[in-house]
Amino acid sequence: MSNVGRIYRVAGPVVTAEGISPRMYDVVLVGEEKLMGEVIKIMGDYSIIQVYEDTSGVKPGEPVENTGQPLVAELGPGLLSSVYDGIQRPLPVLREQMGDFIYRGVNAPGLDRATKWEFTPTVKKGDSVSSGQVIGTVPEGTMQHYVMVPHGIEGKVEEIKEGSFTVEETVAKIGGKDVSMMQYWPVRVPRPIRDKYLPDIPLITGQRILDSMYPVAKGGTAAIPGGFGTGKTVTQQQLAKWSDAEIVVYIGCGERGNEMTEVLSEFPELDDPKTGHPLMNRTVLIANTSNMPVAAREASVYTGMTIAEYYRDMGYNISLMADSTSRWAEAMREISSRLEEMPGEEGYPAYLAGRLSEFYERAGRGMTHSDKEGSITVVGAVSPPGGDLSEPVTQNTLRIVRVFWALDTKLRERRHFPAINWLTSYTLYDKQMKEWFSSNVAEDFPPLREWSMQVLQKESELQEIVQLVGSDALPDEQKIIMEVAKMLREIFLQQNAFHPVDTYCPMDRQYAMLKLIRKYSDLAHKALEDGALVPDIVAIPSKQRFNTAKYEENVDEELEAVSKDMESELSALGA
Amino acid sequence: MSSTVSKEYKTVKEIAGPLVFVEKTDPVAYQELASVKLADGSFKRGQVLDSSDTMVAVQIFEGTSGIDKGCSVRFLGETMKMPVSKDMVGRILSGSGEPLDGGPPITPEDRVDIVGAAINPWARDNPEDFIQTGISTIDGMNTLVRGQKLPIFSGSGLPHNEMAMQIARQAKVIGEGEEFAVVFAAMGITNEESQNFMKEFERTGALKKAVVFLNLADDPAIERIVTPRLALTTAEYLAFELDMQVLVILTDITNYCEALRQIGAAREEVPGRRGYPGYMYTDLAQLYERAGKIKGKKGSITQIPILSMPGDDITHPIPDLSGYITEGQIVMSREIHRNGIYPPVNVSSSLSRLMNSGIGGDKTRDDHKAVSDQCYAAYAEGKDLRGLVAIVGKESLSDRDRAFLEFADVFEDRIVRQSPDEDRDIAETLDICWEILADLPVDQLTRIDRKFIEKYLPQKD
Repeated sequence: MSNVGRIYRVAGPVVTAEGISPRMYDVVLVGEEKLMGEVIKIMGDYSIIQVYEDTSGVKPGEPVENTGQPLVAELGPGLLSSVYDGIQRPLPVLREQMGDFIYRGVNAPGLDRATKWEFTPTVKKGDSVSSGQVIGTVPEGTMQHYVMVPHGIEGKVEEIKEGSFTVEETVAKIGGKDVSMMQYWPVRVPRPIRDKYLPDIPLITGQRILDSMYPVAKGGTAAIPGGFGTGKTVTQQQLAKWSDAEIVVYIGCGERGNEMTEVLSEFPELDDPKTGHPLMNRTVLIANTSNMPVAAREASVYTGMTIAEYYRDMGYNISLMADSTSRWAEAMREISSRLEEMPGEEGYPAYLAGRLSEFYERAGRGMTHSDKEGSITVVGAVSPPGGDLSEPVTQNTLRIVRVFWALDTKLRERRHFPAINWLTSYTLYDKQMKEWFSSNVAEDFPPLREWSMQVLQKESELQEIVQLVGSDALPDEQKIIMEVAKMLREIFLQQNAFHPVDTYCPMDRQYAMLKLIRKYSDLAHKALEDGALVPDIVAIPSKQRFNTAKYEENVDEELEAVSKDMESELSALGA
Repeated sequence: MSSTVSKEYKTVKEIAGPLVFVEKTDPVAYQELASVKLADGSFKRGQVLDSSDTMVAVQIFEGTSGIDKGCSVRFLGETMKMPVSKDMVGRILSGSGEPLDGGPPITPEDRVDIVGAAINPWARDNPEDFIQTGISTIDGMNTLVRGQKLPIFSGSGLPHNEMAMQIARQAKVIGEGEEFAVVFAAMGITNEESQNFMKEFERTGALKKAVVFLNLADDPAIERIVTPRLALTTAEYLAFELDMQVLVILTDITNYCEALRQIGAAREEVPGRRGYPGYMYTDLAQLYERAGKIKGKKGSITQIPILSMPGDDITHPIPDLSGYITEGQIVMSREIHRNGIYPPVNVSSSLSRLMNSGIGGDKTRDDHKAVSDQCYAAYAEGKDLRGLVAIVGKESLSDRDRAFLEFADVFEDRIVRQSPDEDRDIAETLDICWEILADLPVDQLTRIDRKFIEKYLPQKD
């Protein structure tokens, strides 16, 4: 299938070749050094190639070899705990091979060829299997890796082995074809899923503002703006650590080298609170910093997504973080301008919106071909230039994603963490997930959530009046509303990621806390009617205790105690 | 690269802006160097920008004036490399690496490609060691750490070059046996500025530990693209081959970006925002990201790029894109400058993203974070009150508010203001902070732990 031609023209990362007849997006090896590139345009006899590496020193006349295959990811045991660049070259291996800097023309396979994995078959000789079905399991670190029939292969199991094999060795013969534990998949093509479900189950993260206020569904999409120092990293780490997704795929796309170092050095250090093992055991990191080749940056999000889809096929829940999609869009812009395409808004290519939605569409929860349920939840960071949310990448992203967690610099300055603005954030999954919350948390949870949103909204309206006339001018009833809103903000929304107890708040406790604030509100209003004074209502001792209850070891008992005291204290006031 | 004797071509077809188009050549490599012989026998150098079977576009470093279709072009068979050597320390070189100080040419210990490769993210080490610049607003409030890139966002007419000079002169790392060097690259500066730099470097003795590259305003644009790369290549050699702690100062990035735009336009590229090329983000990243530390190596590269914001507009593409790559920024303020304060650093809008990993007990002093947080907060509050005073007058302020208002003024006078010759060490900076914090009511020092107040707060009598 592969054929060899020659280079006709070199201009930066864009190389024109003649004498090959590739299909679009075939991977080609360019020049004597076999630099990896991808065919992005075909014009008559000429193929235009986007090269993933620096092309200095490459000459016209050098050979170009068509591999006849699009850019593929290698999928199999060994992906977890790996650190890759944008085209799935393992960075630790690259470092071993060529030192501290990444030079070009070096290739390293995504999956190690020498490692042996323990394969246990789950099908017998003579069974009939179809594409995507599980034929065996392999322990991969602390996870169970399911080996599936590659797409395009089906039929009778003619042979199946058991024991220790490398990823390339044949473990089964199916329908006349050899099957190994490794399979290839073109990264730009979504892996098929049998049936996609409506996302109506929340991804539980243990973060109060995310779970109770702006939940994202398993298989849903969310965006966070990554302004300077808004605590994006902490939010992402909390998601990675606590969310009830089994696998984390983190794509560092075009970000700072030192920032990536932070992720690369911190993730392996983080302990998985659920298993006690390093979090890295169920994580795949992709790091393509801003100075690494731009074409590989463009490919990095697809590589990450394909790996996520592969684990979804096994029935896992994956949370995928793309940081930052703005840098990805810029890579598209850069390549597009090299191709002298007609630019759209702000120089971005006209297909920007299309590419973004195709990417987010690969999220989702559903029934896979291995007859298991899995999901991919995508959290994309956007970095709007100058903090201007009206720029094309942010706007096109917001049109697609259904949850927006508005990280806010002002809140950070006020030391309100997580610095997610409760007024400008939104979720569009709330209606779909109401059912789940009513039956799994409490019947009255959805109305409770709505009530708290209303209180916060009311507070922001009252705040405007307070700024004009001062808080003393408010009627007593509104003073109570302000006080309740303050409790919502300080007790409920603020959460300390570094506090051993407060870092994770289970749904039941979130409900209990909200309910207790509601109770205070109701009792306070009643006490007011019965003639109690606002300063007394605000100053009850149990309320102070409530403030710090979330940091106590026995937080749940503490909350109950607060609830009891509150009742007696407030009714005493009204009497 | 190929060792064939290179042919001379007399097939210049077209000359446009900085570009010369040559026809019917043997295969020429992308980015290969070329030498053009003019009618008068002089030579100009260039680099291949676009190479195909039929036509090669060569970008001429010294500008195309004097080149005609009769010129002959020779391709040199290699991409741009520079000689590097330890002896470069103490030298003043031109923007293309030729000696300007009348000294001998550099005897190379090695010749390296100037484009530089990306550091493998897996090989990077966390930046966490303090660098002392002797300037309080940086050391105390926006600490620089080894391996960081912290730009200075300035404006035309502000004394950023003076400050750059001061940093070049005073910067040092704390620690024994650490070798420290400054690589200073000026791009597109005027002859006058260049003379000043040369004089200053020599007068103050800063040259002893510095390598200086000077690209002048009337040097061709393309050379401006090369200058920072020469500087960074030198820095990499000093840091990662010779184990030195290197501080790279690049001034002025805005001139660099203008050159980038000029060349993009000459190549008839599709422009991006405000006419700057669409690849400017990646191009700048390829400069800035050459800062860093590598696991297992002693040396480090720290960068202070200086850029003047056109029209003081921080959302202009140059500061904006820079801000997304660098780890914070030091912002200069025209208002503070007008008040006669040097260096006119606007502390409130400056930020060092890596500060927290470079300060504290074993690095600077245990009270550093608390003191700087407290100064930030108090200064911000005092500045807010200035607005209020303009409306209601000073008399109607409470005593507490008046203390904060006072604090903002004293802060600018004692912390921000310092003489261009004044080299304050970190302890001195923190002590001044304590002295001025002592004028605030002690119960207002909410961000400082009791134990630090007891240990450091000067007793008023």
